[in-house]
Amino acid sequence: MSEYTFQDFKKGQPRWCPGCGDHFFLNSLHKAMAEIGIAPSQTAVISGIGCSSRLPHYMATYGMNTIHGRAAAIATGCKVANPRLTVWQVSGDGDGLAIGGNHFIHANRRNIDLNMILLNNRIYGLTKGQYSPTSPRGFVSKSSPYGTVEDPFRPAELCFGARGHFFARAVATDAPGTIEILKAAQQHKGASVCEILQNCVIFNNGTHDSVYTKEGRARNAIYVRHGEPLVFGEHNEYGLMQEGFGLKIVEIGKAGVTMDDILVHDAHAEDNTLQLKLALMGDGDGFPIALGVIRDVEAPTYNDAVEAQIEEVKAKKPYHTFAELLETNDIWEVR
Amino acid sequence: MADSIEIKELDQVVVRFSGDSGDGMQLAGNIFSTVSATVGNSISTFPDYPADIRAPQGSLTGVSGFQVHIGANQVFTPGDQCDVLVAMNAAALKTQYRYAKPNATIIIDTDSFGPKDLEKAAFQTDDPLKEMGIDPDRVIACPLTQMVKDCLADSGMDVKSIMKCRNMFALGLVCWLFSRDLDIAFNFLREKFAKKPAIAEANIRVIQAGYDYGHNTHSSAANVYRIETRHKVPGRYMDITGNKATAYGFIAAAEKAGLKLYLGSYPITPATDVLHELSKHKSLGVTTVQCEDEIAGCASAVGASFAGALGVTSTSGPGICLKSEAMNLAVIMELPLVVLDVQRGGPATGLPTKSEQTDLLQVLFGRNGESPMPVMAAASPTDCFDAAYHACKIALEHMTPVVLLTDAFVANGSGAFRLPDLNDYPAIEPPYVPEELRGKWTPYMRAENGTRYWAVPGREGFEHILGGLEKDDKTGAISTNPENHNLMTQKRAQKIANIPVPDLEVLGDSEDAELLIVGFGGTYGHLHAAMDELRAKGRKVAMAHFRYINPLPANTAEVLSRYPKVVVAEQNMGQLAAWLRMKVDGFVPAQYNEVKGQPFVTGELIKAFEALM
Repeated sequence: MSEYTFQDFKKGQPRWCPGCGDHFFLNSLHKAMAEIGIAPSQTAVISGIGCSSRLPHYMATYGMNTIHGRAAAIATGCKVANPRLTVWQVSGDGDGLAIGGNHFIHANRRNIDLNMILLNNRIYGLTKGQYSPTSPRGFVSKSSPYGTVEDPFRPAELCFGARGHFFARAVATDAPGTIEILKAAQQHKGASVCEILQNCVIFNNGTHDSVYTKEGRARNAIYVRHGEPLVFGEHNEYGLMQEGFGLKIVEIGKAGVTMDDILVHDAHAEDNTLQLKLALMGDGDGFPIALGVIRDVEAPTYNDAVEAQIEEVKAKKPYHTFAELLETNDIWEVR
Repeated sequence: MADSIEIKELDQVVVRFSGDSGDGMQLAGNIFSTVSATVGNSISTFPDYPADIRAPQGSLTGVSGFQVHIGANQVFTPGDQCDVLVAMNAAALKTQYRYAKPNATIIIDTDSFGPKDLEKAAFQTDDPLKEMGIDPDRVIACPLTQMVKDCLADSGMDVKSIMKCRNMFALGLVCWLFSRDLDIAFNFLREKFAKKPAIAEANIRVIQAGYDYGHNTHSSAANVYRIETRHKVPGRYMDITGNKATAYGFIAAAEKAGLKLYLGSYPITPATDVLHELSKHKSLGVTTVQCEDEIAGCASAVGASFAGALGVTSTSGPGICLKSEAMNLAVIMELPLVVLDVQRGGPATGLPTKSEQTDLLQVLFGRNGESPMPVMAAASPTDCFDAAYHACKIALEHMTPVVLLTDAFVANGSGAFRLPDLNDYPAIEPPYVPEELRGKWTPYMRAENGTRYWAVPGREGFEHILGGLEKDDKTGAISTNPENHNLMTQKRAQKIANIPVPDLEVLGDSEDAELLIVGFGGTYGHLHAAMDELRAKGRKVAMAHFRYINPLPANTAEVLSRYPKVVVAEQNMGQLAAWLRMKVDGFVPAQYNEVKGQPFVTGELIKAFEALM
């Protein structure tokens, strides 16, 4: 049992718009941290710039609300320099994937033990409504009055492309689903990306409407859990099967389909092919949106490797102080 | 060719080794300077290498040089022009001859002056010496390649490996010219190639052969030189480049402060050697992260400092452009950070391997908002150690980013470094939040000198948020209150202004100089040499050199107004002069500015300064 309650992680009065997805996420984060049970003093929450990047101000932990796009880079230095800290990095879709895209992919590639939260509302809110790198093609915004002419990033694809080992997704209004993936992210050693689908009531209202309510999720989402069959629907009447190079939706009990035919989720599979297919579902393709931990594969972390290498070299090399280092050079004496 | 040998006692001598990039000129130069330093001569070296990735062999753009200045008394620069030029091929003679004094001795490998070599070096005739107007009496022309082949014929080595020893023949010849003790060179090679004793012995044989060749032929040279050491400072020494000394300074400071050293960096010429050096020393717990870009190099160092380490980032001017944002974050968050800028030629990619002082105003002012930042500049390769140490001390004790400026000249040059004893260095004591403030502490509470306290994550009861948004002076919460912003701006400025720095030292004729020479950073040696020569001619000259540029030493205005004439000499269009004019009322100096990517030439400085007097 954890010795903390969510109150131990709460601070201040959030200033987000009423109804903003950030409120929902913040509550879930407080609860998840309490359940995880790591002391506020051992926790650092590091964000960039944007509406969601205000989040560290509402945490009773150590934290930094830094500069636009650099949260992952700053969190990297923080974790490598002090691996005992639990480090959460919080960014929006603009902060994390546009200006901070380079740091996002490299934190994943290096596999630094960070919990990387991507709050995705597909819009720039703080600058008052421009399209973001996750806005769909044709999206009309203040900076795209005739619709965008570019394709969006799909965060999972970027994470997997950068050789990410953990990817999970939740809807901000779904507290149990959010808490579950946050705990799994903390459990996972290495870079853990959690995409949170959330609404911007002012500039992009309804962007995740299909899954924003419990009823919507029952119809339009599938909760994936490692080791369990991939079924969905209000009565779990549908399932996913593999067909050729793709997935197909089947109705269980119809056309001879039984539970034994349904694909069983394997979040631990090293090969991410099917995990990626799950992660990319629901983009107007008739498939449900996958929620939960989609990929969770153990791999060596950068920070552990850095520490291990230091210990290894310490054991091998005979010099450990500055004075001893000097003696390793060609020295001559002038008398 | 000359018939007689004259042994000359010299105060100083400059030797330039030049050849193809792959000819090992740097190693030959290094050994020669180490051998000289070991007998107590003062040394200063400068490598001049091409920017081309790998220019075609024997081509004009592929020539690399290494200049060594040795002296009986202290030498301050690698020297304007050389007394001995080693040219390993025709292209080297063509491009490097301009660095030779009119009466210099020239050593050439005649085996590298064939028709093809002459063509690659763009000679028009088959007599390169005549074509360049070089007096053959000054030339030691030897079939160097053939002699190296003969020397190692029974070694069992392949031709490629044998050819790699050519540099050692030239070194042996130069050692004979200057009556150097070969045993020191032999020991150097045996240690360098400890794991490949056969290579060491082959090199040693070739050095001996070069030496013997000089001795047996009296080497057709007009002069043999001796440089005796006059003023010895007893102690134990090593040869060190500026970049290595900088890395050592960071290591020493972290050890003194009891902190982990974290370097976030991205490869960039001419700063990369600092990353290389620090990456080697994991046995001291040094952590280096080669980041995805310059931005992350600096940003991750800020993160490391937040987490309680000494965060350092190393780069050159183009990297500063990218790091400015995170440097500014460290300003407003008031976290320690050391930013090393090894200046090169600009703008943009500019002259990556060449040296300038053109980033001064960039590091002083190149950030949005009011963003005060201490700036220091190292004066010489060995001074990089002290400068790096003190940059860390200021950053940690005053909770601020600090810029340390060096340049390609200082970073790649080397000097004899007297091994420091850390007990002689001042303590480094960061302002950790005192325990008695528990329960009352807010992030922007300040110690008496205006410095914010440091609460390192992991310490229970001091959890707090820092960030790039302006904060309330009292509560540490985000604030857009106009009075508060004004107050915080002033407090940040005052904190930097309060940092104590040593007084400006006046060298030379401090009492009655008719001209004060002012400079900063890596031009120290050349300005000092110019002052010495002017004084030797009977002129009254003094010199003041800035190592601390922001804040300026307290006696700056007093020193600058003490002399009838002041010249600010710098390798830019007048950036230090502009800064001093801004800071010192009514100060209007003469200026000497040069932006060639090359070190100052002492002779040219003297001419310019004489014209001012």
